[in-house]
Amino acid sequence: MSATTTRKTSNDSRNVQNPPPVARKRNSLAKGHLPRWAVPGIAAASLILGAAASTLGGFSVATLAIYTAIVFVIASTVITTLVEGPRQGRNALATNLVYAAFLLALIPLASVLFTVLQKGLPGINTHFLFHSMNGITGAVDNASVEDGTPVLGGAYHAVIGTLLITLWSTVISVPVGMLTAIYLVEYGKNGPLARAITFFVDVMTGIPSIVAGLFATALFAVLLGPTARMGIVAAVALSVLMIPTVVRSTEEMLKIVPNELREAAYALGVRKWRTIAKVVIPTAISGIASGVTLAIARVIGETAPILVTAGLANNINVNVFGNWMATLPTFIYYQILTPTSPTNVDPSIQRAWAAALLLIIMVMVLNLGARLVAGLFAPKKGR
Amino acid sequence: MSKRIDVKDLNVYYSKFLAVEDVNIEIEAKSVTAFIGPSGCGKSTFLRTLNRMHEVIPGGRVEGEVLLDGDNLYESGVDPVTVRSQIGMVFQRPNPFPTMSIKDNVLAGVKLNGKKISRSDADSLVEKSLRGANLWNEVKDRLDKPGSGLSGGQQQRLCIARTIAVKPQVILMDEPCSALDPISTLAIEDLINELKSEFTVVIVTHNMQQAARVSDKTAFFNIAGTGKPGKLIEYAETATIFSNPAVKATEDYVSGRFG
Repeated sequence: MSATTTRKTSNDSRNVQNPPPVARKRNSLAKGHLPRWAVPGIAAASLILGAAASTLGGFSVATLAIYTAIVFVIASTVITTLVEGPRQGRNALATNLVYAAFLLALIPLASVLFTVLQKGLPGINTHFLFHSMNGITGAVDNASVEDGTPVLGGAYHAVIGTLLITLWSTVISVPVGMLTAIYLVEYGKNGPLARAITFFVDVMTGIPSIVAGLFATALFAVLLGPTARMGIVAAVALSVLMIPTVVRSTEEMLKIVPNELREAAYALGVRKWRTIAKVVIPTAISGIASGVTLAIARVIGETAPILVTAGLANNINVNVFGNWMATLPTFIYYQILTPTSPTNVDPSIQRAWAAALLLIIMVMVLNLGARLVAGLFAPKKGR
Repeated sequence: MSKRIDVKDLNVYYSKFLAVEDVNIEIEAKSVTAFIGPSGCGKSTFLRTLNRMHEVIPGGRVEGEVLLDGDNLYESGVDPVTVRSQIGMVFQRPNPFPTMSIKDNVLAGVKLNGKKISRSDADSLVEKSLRGANLWNEVKDRLDKPGSGLSGGQQQRLCIARTIAVKPQVILMDEPCSALDPISTLAIEDLINELKSEFTVVIVTHNMQQAARVSDKTAFFNIAGTGKPGKLIEYAETATIFSNPAVKATEDYVSGRFG
């Protein structure tokens, strides 16, 4: 701004000698372009038209959004075609459709987040976080509804169960999955065994989670008798679901480690397994770590395999090798399906939403952790 | 600390495909030997057979003998890892380990093998190797920074330092300057001249001036046509190859008439 002002004044002072400056010529290269305010302008106009259209048939936010979007897409395509030409018109249409698809995909996510926050937040308090459902009966819930006492009972036992079962399934599936991937990439070399493993891993990816749960139940029924229900059975069921994901992501990460690095290590007289352990895996570890974290996030919300393997508990159980255990998904499931007090279901529903919020927070923390881990382990770029 | 290499009747295969046929060559200790020839004639393939890196490629195998001071590398019972710790290799593209610092890259041959090395020994080995690769003055203040942050020429000298840190008898170089600018190339060529006082150096190059500048003896490889095996056409003193070659094909190649 100040630069233009100074230029102007210096021009003025020289006006005496110089001929008056000619009117600024329009840049011929910028011809046939919509002005910068065109897009917001069209958007505002479409909003007005959309509002008008939606009031005709009963106003709602959904119809407003739909009418506005339709009017905007048509109007901006037509106007761009008229002013800038058919190629730019098609470009505008494609751009608008891409944005529309993105917004459409965002709606369920935003809606879920909003609903869970809205319904879950009131139930989150220290009592909920650090107490189990032990001793909470229908009478307690009836009292909190009828007498207005605070809702008692919490998800502490379920949080503990979720963490322990997920931890154990990670402990089982990460070594198995990583070693499988190492075999596939470094040793199998597309041989018959490697192809067979790849095929079965693909099949495993498609196993319904309840089937994995039944597999674990059946396995432990053979080993320990038909009533074996405990955390470790659930961990085995979840690791059946996790292993293919870990194998796949680790395999992809190992494949993109450049062969040159392996050869460089071999040429230094380093043995193959040491090359893998000290060069290949450290180079790929950030990708592997984020792949593992995403695999954990994938199984942490499983309900069906937990129900048939770990049962459901109302009390705190930190021993995965004995007795029933609850996790957040099964806790939610039972709170909704069989409310603690059949006559006053509100406290149960509030607990279920709060637990859902906790679960979402846990998955989000895991995903953020995956990014953090990936950044932490990534090969350093500094100079 | 350097050994000679004698190759007898060596055939190199990729699965069934004969890539290099019937090579006989004697490489003197403490000398620089250059392999020249058109692309695809098998000089890099042959070079990789000299430290058993060829068999790393699926289907790669050889017939014949490669003698390192009289010991056949391909005798049954010879561990390729032992061979490679005696015959080091520098590759076409600089390939420092991205997860390691400059210092750890130099020590890679020691550390990756799990050998214990005292801090003072490690420091002196790093300095000696980096000085040997003419890189010490450029990196001595940032030994803990990642090796991938160096320029291409510096990275290649880092790879050479990494190779000489394991104290090999022979150093093989597979077009070490083809990815580098002329100044970095000059630095590496000077380095090769210094290296030959301690090591036997074998270098593959596409650059005939480079072969003429750095090598004592030159081997010319050629290929009769696509799908045919590469052959060693002529092997002689570098001066002879470039001024008075015995074979017409060599003369055509070094004078730039083909290839």
